[in-house]
Amino acid sequence: MEKKIITDFENTYKNSSLNDEAKFRKEFLNKFIEKGFPSKKLESWKFSDLNQIINKNIENLIFYNDTTKSNKIDESLYLKNLEHNKIVFINGKLEEIKFEHEDSNKVKISKETKIDNNLFKDNALIDLNNAFAIYNYKIHVEDGYNVKKPVVIYHTTNSELNSTNINIQLNFLLGENSSLKLIDTFNDISDKNFINIYYNFKLKKDSVLKNFKLDNLTNNNIKYSFNNIDQETNSVSETFILSNGSKFFKNEINCNLKGKYSSAFVNGIFSLSENRHHEIKTNINHLIENTKSYQLIKSVLDNSSKSVYQGKIYVDKDAQKTDGYQLSKAILLNENSEFNAKPELEIYADDVKCSHGSASGSLNDNSIFYLRSRGLNYKEAKNLLIKGFLLDVIEKITDEEIKNIIKSTMGLST
Amino acid sequence: MREKELEKLKDYKYGFSTDIENFKAPKGLNEEVIKFISKIKKEPRWLLDWRLKAFERLKVLKEPDWQKPKYPKIDYQDLYYYSAPKNFKEKPKNLDELDPKLLETYKKLGIPLQEQKRLNNIAVDAVFDSVSVATTFKDKLTEKGIIFCSISEAVQKYPELVKKYLGTVIPISDHFFATLNSAVFTDGSFVYIPPNTKCPMELSTYFRINASDTGQFERTLIIADKGSYVSYLEGCTAPMRDENQLHAANVELIALDDAEIKYSTVQNWYPGDEDGKGGIYNFVTKRGLCKGNNSKISWTQVETGSAITWKYPSCILQGDNSIGEFYSIAITNNHQKADTGTKMIHIGKNTKSKIISKGISAGKSDMTYRGLVDIFKKAKNSSNYTQCDSLLMGNKCGAHTIPYIKNKNSDSTIAHEATTSKISEEQLYYCQQRGLSSEEAVSLIVNGFCKEVLQQLPMEFAVEAQKLVGISLEGSVG
Repeated sequence: MEKKIITDFENTYKNSSLNDEAKFRKEFLNKFIEKGFPSKKLESWKFSDLNQIINKNIENLIFYNDTTKSNKIDESLYLKNLEHNKIVFINGKLEEIKFEHEDSNKVKISKETKIDNNLFKDNALIDLNNAFAIYNYKIHVEDGYNVKKPVVIYHTTNSELNSTNINIQLNFLLGENSSLKLIDTFNDISDKNFINIYYNFKLKKDSVLKNFKLDNLTNNNIKYSFNNIDQETNSVSETFILSNGSKFFKNEINCNLKGKYSSAFVNGIFSLSENRHHEIKTNINHLIENTKSYQLIKSVLDNSSKSVYQGKIYVDKDAQKTDGYQLSKAILLNENSEFNAKPELEIYADDVKCSHGSASGSLNDNSIFYLRSRGLNYKEAKNLLIKGFLLDVIEKITDEEIKNIIKSTMGLST
Repeated sequence: MREKELEKLKDYKYGFSTDIENFKAPKGLNEEVIKFISKIKKEPRWLLDWRLKAFERLKVLKEPDWQKPKYPKIDYQDLYYYSAPKNFKEKPKNLDELDPKLLETYKKLGIPLQEQKRLNNIAVDAVFDSVSVATTFKDKLTEKGIIFCSISEAVQKYPELVKKYLGTVIPISDHFFATLNSAVFTDGSFVYIPPNTKCPMELSTYFRINASDTGQFERTLIIADKGSYVSYLEGCTAPMRDENQLHAANVELIALDDAEIKYSTVQNWYPGDEDGKGGIYNFVTKRGLCKGNNSKISWTQVETGSAITWKYPSCILQGDNSIGEFYSIAITNNHQKADTGTKMIHIGKNTKSKIISKGISAGKSDMTYRGLVDIFKKAKNSSNYTQCDSLLMGNKCGAHTIPYIKNKNSDSTIAHEATTSKISEEQLYYCQQRGLSSEEAVSLIVNGFCKEVLQQLPMEFAVEAQKLVGISLEGSVG
């Protein structure tokens, strides 16, 4: 792999005038080569051996992604019944940015080549991203501006893409008292690619971020997404993850509650079947007093699917009066399905309220019996119970419009 | 007056050392030392080969380093692997032949070995440094066919039993410390309960490290044959010394069909002084195998001592309908560190496990619960319930919970709950208002917090443990 990745790296930077930048990026490449794809030897990849998954599913992974030719945008993929701003990536290339509903002085988008990223030194995939994502896009919401309509990022791939690694990097800066609703959707016609996405959010005082990640179309790609969220005083972040369609998807949320009264919410649904293997890993760092976090993750696992939840709440010694809650539940529908969890608490302050809970099992026989005695057949009873189980998470979404769209995409609308 | 008493309690009351001449193996870890230990114990050839095999394995194994409490590197060549009271080359036939100094030591520890003095019904096997010094109540046990003796004696008298079961739960290549123990273990207890027998009394082992620079590597093997029951207690203390001492024991439990083993530990090794100097490194491997159907193994532990406690008493639920239980109280104060918990491996059908863990950290200590619940594909209808609560006192200590949960069977249920909190002002106020001092109030509240676990201990131990909980937290509030 080593030789291949170096040639691919040289090809990536060959036609651009970014000589200095390429040199700088090379350091990240070397770091990645040194570490390789994470395997289960690493604690954070204990339940999902990415190295193995990539070797098994992708024969010759190509790191060079040709971004010179344009792709046609298939507008039928756009979300309906929702007025929104668009950012469209096709095969890892940015094809369109359309903020038609916003004041262009208030939301600034820039394309940058410099990366100022020395965070997460242990994460090989961020090294990989830093090495190959030539451009990173910065979206800056000015102080006091509420982005009127949701921003939808379309991560689209078409059939031309095969066995390729795509790296996408975006930075978001939310000014004081601003707000942003961000939806990520994935539309893949391609097969067997490794998509590596890195978002970095900075939330200033009193800002609100809502991020919805919807992976609901069946495809055979392998995906990794990392969100880093830095929060200042009184800011709120809400992340919703629908993990459903891809062959493998690991969503990682790293949230630093740096300002007093800041809070973070993470809600997630795994609805998996047929050899899907998905993971959500969260790291909520309570670094100062009076911060809050809530996490709710639910899984419904059919056939030989596997879901993993690794959630960590870290409470610094200065973070008195922290509230940190975590709950993960799983329903295993098939004897070949598997649920793994590692809900972790690391606490250094005494005046805190932290808890976690985790439960897994099959559908409750008594509930099925109850519904069947009222005339539902087994299938209806089962579906009703699953629906109720999952709606619990969806009801946590605080935006009505988006909530309804998610419900209808999942076929859960009433 | 009260202050004086407190002062006295604050000190580790078992911190004295006994001035007794010791007979030691040469310092260091090598084949010669292993052969020396084996020879002095007059072991059969197979056991020596077994030890040497473990030693071969040890050469390639690396010391694990994933644990939360880090410790300075241990120089394994700078330890004595065998130490025995000098006049002990031959084991005394009865208690009258024992060195009076030894008897004195055990008396100070509150363990009268002389049977006539005993009122409560507990048979004791006392281990001093590397050798077992006395076992009480032998006759009464022999009557029932129960074997309770030191493991060295068992090797001589019941080699077929030892050979059959030794290393079946903790294989010699398991992990670094277990393998080290397999290579150099010196003594420990051996218990065999014949079929359909209920052991009429509590069996107990008392461990004491006396000599300095000595590692204690004892090995306990308990076999409960079909339909039998045994309750086993373990206690331990060590003198106050400035250097850290290593204690790496292996405990193997085997429960056959319908058998039940209850294993209770009150661990009170010397925890080091207030600045974290000295203390025992307690790196123990304890594992129980529910081999037969309908068998049950229950671990209860009260961990108050040691500079570093690092152990996970585990249950392998192999037989159908077998049950594993784990009740734990771990208390850390000053600079103590603990990384403890359990593993429940569900292999058989209809297996059940329950984990109740209570962690209390005070001072500058650090406490971690780390556990694994693993339900295998074939373990239909299994269930697990886990509850781990932590209590923090002060903001210089840490409490962490790291459970690993793996469910591979859709018929099985796992429920896990954990909370972390502190003693509320209201509770303290309420107690103090009724005339309790703040120390007493804390002790009362903590005992309430631990009650679920304390109830699992045999009566005599429960009283002692309750006191210990109070003493361990002296000076941590206010």
